[in-house]
Amino acid sequence: MLIPLVALSFTGCAKKSTESSITEIIVWHWMSDRVDAFDKLAAEYKNKTGINVKFELYAPTTAYAAKIRSAAQTNKLPDIYAVLLEMRDFASFIKAGHVHDLTSYMEVDNDAWKNVFYKSGLAMNCFSEGNQYGVKPGIYGVPTDVNNIQMIYNLDLLEKAGWDTSRLPATWDEFILLGDKLKKAGTPGLVSGWGETWMIHCLADNFAWNIMGKEEILATIKGEIPYTSPAWISVFSLFKQMKERGLLFSGVVTMVNKEAEQIFANERAAIAFNGSWCVNVYESMNPNLRYAVSLPPRVNLKRRMFIWGGTTSFVVNKASAVKEEAIEFLRWLTERKQQSFLAVETNNIPANRYSANMLKGPIAEFADDMDNVVHPRFLPIEEFPLVTEAFDKGIQSIIIGEATPLEIAENVEKTKLKETKKAARLKALREKR
Amino acid sequence: MNTVFPNLKAKGREYLFILPAVIMLGLFYIYPFFKIFQLSFFDWDGISKNMIFVGLAQFKDIIFDNPIWWQSMAQAGYITLLALIIQNGLALILALFVDRGIKYGQVYRVIFFLPPILSGIVIGLIWNWIFNGNFGLLNYWLAKIGLGHLAKTWLADPDTALTCVAVIHMWKGFGWGFIILLAGLQSIPRRFYEAARIDGASNWDVFKRITVPLMIPVFVLVMILTVLGTMQIYDIIVSTTGGGPGYHTEVPVSRIIAQMLHSSRFGYACAMGLVFGLALVALSVMQMNISKRLKQT
Repeated sequence: MLIPLVALSFTGCAKKSTESSITEIIVWHWMSDRVDAFDKLAAEYKNKTGINVKFELYAPTTAYAAKIRSAAQTNKLPDIYAVLLEMRDFASFIKAGHVHDLTSYMEVDNDAWKNVFYKSGLAMNCFSEGNQYGVKPGIYGVPTDVNNIQMIYNLDLLEKAGWDTSRLPATWDEFILLGDKLKKAGTPGLVSGWGETWMIHCLADNFAWNIMGKEEILATIKGEIPYTSPAWISVFSLFKQMKERGLLFSGVVTMVNKEAEQIFANERAAIAFNGSWCVNVYESMNPNLRYAVSLPPRVNLKRRMFIWGGTTSFVVNKASAVKEEAIEFLRWLTERKQQSFLAVETNNIPANRYSANMLKGPIAEFADDMDNVVHPRFLPIEEFPLVTEAFDKGIQSIIIGEATPLEIAENVEKTKLKETKKAARLKALREKR
Repeated sequence: MNTVFPNLKAKGREYLFILPAVIMLGLFYIYPFFKIFQLSFFDWDGISKNMIFVGLAQFKDIIFDNPIWWQSMAQAGYITLLALIIQNGLALILALFVDRGIKYGQVYRVIFFLPPILSGIVIGLIWNWIFNGNFGLLNYWLAKIGLGHLAKTWLADPDTALTCVAVIHMWKGFGWGFIILLAGLQSIPRRFYEAARIDGASNWDVFKRITVPLMIPVFVLVMILTVLGTMQIYDIIVSTTGGGPGYHTEVPVSRIIAQMLHSSRFGYACAMGLVFGLALVALSVMQMNISKRLKQT
């Protein structure tokens, strides 16, 4: 009795979609702040082409990530969706046949489509030659907006502490000096959501790129340079120094970013380390907040400062029956006009670099630094997740004063060696098969 | 033949009635269990179509080479121990008061049962504010009563974070114990107490010789529920400390989820789930054996 009932419910769903004469593109996303803008664009697209685009929201991000995983396992992914996962997961989606290769579409007419994007935004969707995942090199996603994470300074609090706000700290020494001034003025310093460990990793990685550069970081991931090298210890030591100089907001190690944003917006901390999405958050919490955006301070003055950036990207389901229509829709969505509309409506940095010139205020300051954006995803190989965890949790331990930078470096290296051995064992098993 | 077929027909009809339940049970309980069991022997990222058979390697790694896993087990054990002693002790004391017809007993019943019906995430957020090191209620009151020197960032301090999480958990779970213990107390026939009083028994004698022996099955039930519920603590951790600072408030469920979602090691997470499940079964069996022995004595 139950089996026919269940079977009926499934066939019922299938009939509905195949019988429809109007082409419908289903898009899954998690961006609750963009619902209205997406719906307006979908209505405009329908008027233009007659194609119905249905944006379906699944929030929060954790629920969304779980949903696309389970949909992938049961081959129930929609026509367009966003892969909100690590690079290795993205690679698994591609290898499992859930993502369509968009390279040929991007490169047509002398890279016409490809060239409209910020390089970093597009790079998040690319797999290069010889990547560790064995994915065919190419472009697999379409960025719709981009972001980056930087230092944000409360100008009023800085002035109160006696800092000339026409020049924000650009070097580590200036940053520490600002910390001293803030401490003297009794103003709490840096607040950030470091309870979410990826945000600690983000700042540490910024410093690592500045101190060592890409090649040394890559060599570390490859296992050629240990985490106990002086350069890495100096990265860990920066957090110790921040703690010792009283630069960090108390309780920062278990703080979620929402709380950190609230504290900064309410002018209870002078510095925040946060992403460009914060512009909307601060605006809604405290429209009078006076702040400026700046790159994190440089430790190595011989090298430029890099920042982490991200993108919201959509991929096309390789198994979709309306693949070509889905790609055409994404092409339209990333055109200058639509991107400008999205930028104005949502106050995010558009993925189309030619639409960014209309941004004003702090979001424009974020957009100006898009060329400094890096991300571990840009590297052809990725660090083992457990090593990254040991790294981030280790920095938390340094901040709470229960471990020294050297101890953490040794522990991270120990984890690295263990994971390398494990990976070699798995590789041997894989080859045996 | 004639007797066999009608029997089969009758039995078949009976089985037909239980078929939906069997299908549901099989689909949602038995199949997932065997699937988890199967996956625990494979290295799998949860997406890819290829799984690598690794035998017992993941179990070996969890048991012998994963100190953070055992740290998380010990931390959940610590919270469980506190819950068993403090949460259940307090629940018993208050249940005894309400059972004795204390004034406004019904009101207390409602009040004590409020925390368990709230979501763990909501409770976590409320207590986050209480324990907040900068603008928290606890530090505010400590300062008010002249104990400002004791103020700290309770949830970010490795010395206090786990105990604070335990306090939140106990506050949330206390109502369950209270209701079950109260139901148990109220099922004890009043005539036993009256007879004891006529024989001149003191309050303590009544408690020791009547209440405790008759309540042993209820104590065991509450203990098993406390152990199972507390060892699987997760929502409060997520909404307060996120497992930090460092690994100081990591618990088994947070480690399993970290492996599954952050490290994409589905097979390993399944193996962790099995090890954890076995540990809980062992604990429950141990408790039941203790209960049997207590009943015999």
